[in-house]
Amino acid sequence: MHQPNEEGFYGRFGGAFIPEMLIPNIEELESKYLNIISSESFQKEYHRLLNDYAGRPSPLFKAERLSSKYGANIWLKREDLNHTGSHKLNNTIGQILLAKEMGRQRIIAETGAGQHGVATATVCALMGLQCVVYMGETDMERQAPNVARMRMLGAEVRPALSGNRTLKDATNEALRDWIANPTDTFYLIGSVVGPHPYPDMVARLQSVISSEIKQQLKEKIGTELPDYVVACVGGGSNAAGSFYHFLDNPSVKLIGTEAAGLGVDSGETAASIACGDLGIIHGSMTYLMQSEDGQITEPYSISAGLDYPGIGPLHAWLKDCGRADYLPVTDDQALDAVMELTRLEGIIPALESAHALAALVMLPLKSSDNVVVTVSGRGDKDMKTYMERFSL
Amino acid sequence: MNRLNKLFETRKNLLSIYFTAGFPNLNDTLVILQALQDSGVDFMEIGMPFSDPLADGPVIQASSTAALNNGMSLNLLFEQLQTVRQTISMPLVLMGYLNPVLKFGVEKFIQKCSEIGVDGVILPDLPFELFNREYRSMFESKGISNIFLITPQTPECRLRMLDEASTGFLYMVSSAAVTGAKSGISQSQIDYFERVNALNLNSPRMVGFGISDNESFKQVCKYANGAIIGSAFIRMIEKSSDIPGDTARFINAIRGGK
Repeated sequence: MHQPNEEGFYGRFGGAFIPEMLIPNIEELESKYLNIISSESFQKEYHRLLNDYAGRPSPLFKAERLSSKYGANIWLKREDLNHTGSHKLNNTIGQILLAKEMGRQRIIAETGAGQHGVATATVCALMGLQCVVYMGETDMERQAPNVARMRMLGAEVRPALSGNRTLKDATNEALRDWIANPTDTFYLIGSVVGPHPYPDMVARLQSVISSEIKQQLKEKIGTELPDYVVACVGGGSNAAGSFYHFLDNPSVKLIGTEAAGLGVDSGETAASIACGDLGIIHGSMTYLMQSEDGQITEPYSISAGLDYPGIGPLHAWLKDCGRADYLPVTDDQALDAVMELTRLEGIIPALESAHALAALVMLPLKSSDNVVVTVSGRGDKDMKTYMERFSL
Repeated sequence: MNRLNKLFETRKNLLSIYFTAGFPNLNDTLVILQALQDSGVDFMEIGMPFSDPLADGPVIQASSTAALNNGMSLNLLFEQLQTVRQTISMPLVLMGYLNPVLKFGVEKFIQKCSEIGVDGVILPDLPFELFNREYRSMFESKGISNIFLITPQTPECRLRMLDEASTGFLYMVSSAAVTGAKSGISQSQIDYFERVNALNLNSPRMVGFGISDNESFKQVCKYANGAIIGSAFIRMIEKSSDIPGDTARFINAIRGGK
């Protein structure tokens, strides 16, 4: 029920709204991805790399002090402990194997916070493939350590100079590169966005998160079903992965948190569900922030990884059919959550992940509740912001 | 039969110019159309600016951003074009991206186009299947052509499908590139033009993307009904203080006149 149809639609969301120049590439990918991903050889190599290279399974940690504070059992899914520091590697390992299988030698990617760019540059180094990462110039400044990491890994980082010079603009540039290089290049999209089959493909590759949560909860508390799963949503890949195997377990409440920036009424926000309506962004029909004239609005969030005016079509669908709820979290609420996790549990989260942690105070929790919060990434890349905001 | 169909029946070596509405100045639309008509251009493509034009290169992107900053919108463009048929007799095509049209309402959009006398629409990110299923009869009942793009990568079966459904012309993207890429026609492009010619398609074809001067214009006219120029014209007009005069000189140079 929560899978896309043949044309890539989840209800009225999704599809492939792309110019003719991209159709052969998308059709080739669409015709191959399911077969390749489900093949035994792919699965074997994918899981070997997830285990031995990325360091999976990532721990599910019972956060005792956080649990006492909120009066419920809080479990942290530690995607921050993956190699390269976030959940992004789950997807890039999968897509790079797909690209190799399809004979593509040149990999392009877009990145916001730089986590997907680093994860892409990493697997390209591992596989010996050429790598070009598009990154908004604004993001290159605020996430400078990740730019340096990508360069160390041998990737070329190209600044996107249009718009607000953030993730949306980097995605436009990556799509233009793909239009200009249709035969040798694989576009490795980092989230559950873009034209079909990307949203479904990335959700499947990230679904290892929820498959592990189920197994780990079963071992720890004897049931694989928590009461809540909470994850942050920019495009929504870690949330899609965290929700995926719970979609058909209606007792599990699924909570996505989106970046409200300075507040949903401030005009300085990236909360696409709270502030957006139906439209097309990057080849997909979904909720997005736009003007009355259908121009896509420039988003704002303190978190570069959530600073995106749209949301993956799966999330738009889950919102519409009531399967998941999406809460806006402001910059300040996220920063409070950063410090709270740091001081209570000794874990410095990424700004993106802090948006998920900030939901704890908003949920009507009971003492018997088991709440899984996905800590999608670690805070190293955000130290410059933390030093400024916490006067360190 | 609309103005486009008549034009393709009667003339060859057609020259079409694309410009972004609202650029360089908000109210230049009619001035530019008049200048193009007076210069002997065969038809015009009016760009509806979009915030995220992902098939376009830097020149058209920048003109779109500037046009939006000037205050251009679909509503305003239709207002500017309300009386265009009192002075402009050339075929007119609107080109843009789907999102602003969806927001405006597709049916209302087609109705407006029909009232004004627009002959064709190019929406590169409108999927063919969706058009066919939901909008085709709406376009056809108003006599408005939906223009499809074809590229060097488009396989033959799809070319034939688009040809079959086309009521205006096929927009032949000259190479794998966004608009405004480096000019000059290569052997592999000529191979592509010849390959498509050999299919004996029903629809007329206009070559676009990467055409910017007399040489490239003349060359592609050997293989198609004509060519479309966008970025090169926008680069010229951006600096112009005499739109009618500069347009006449630009078009004359493309045509290869003295």
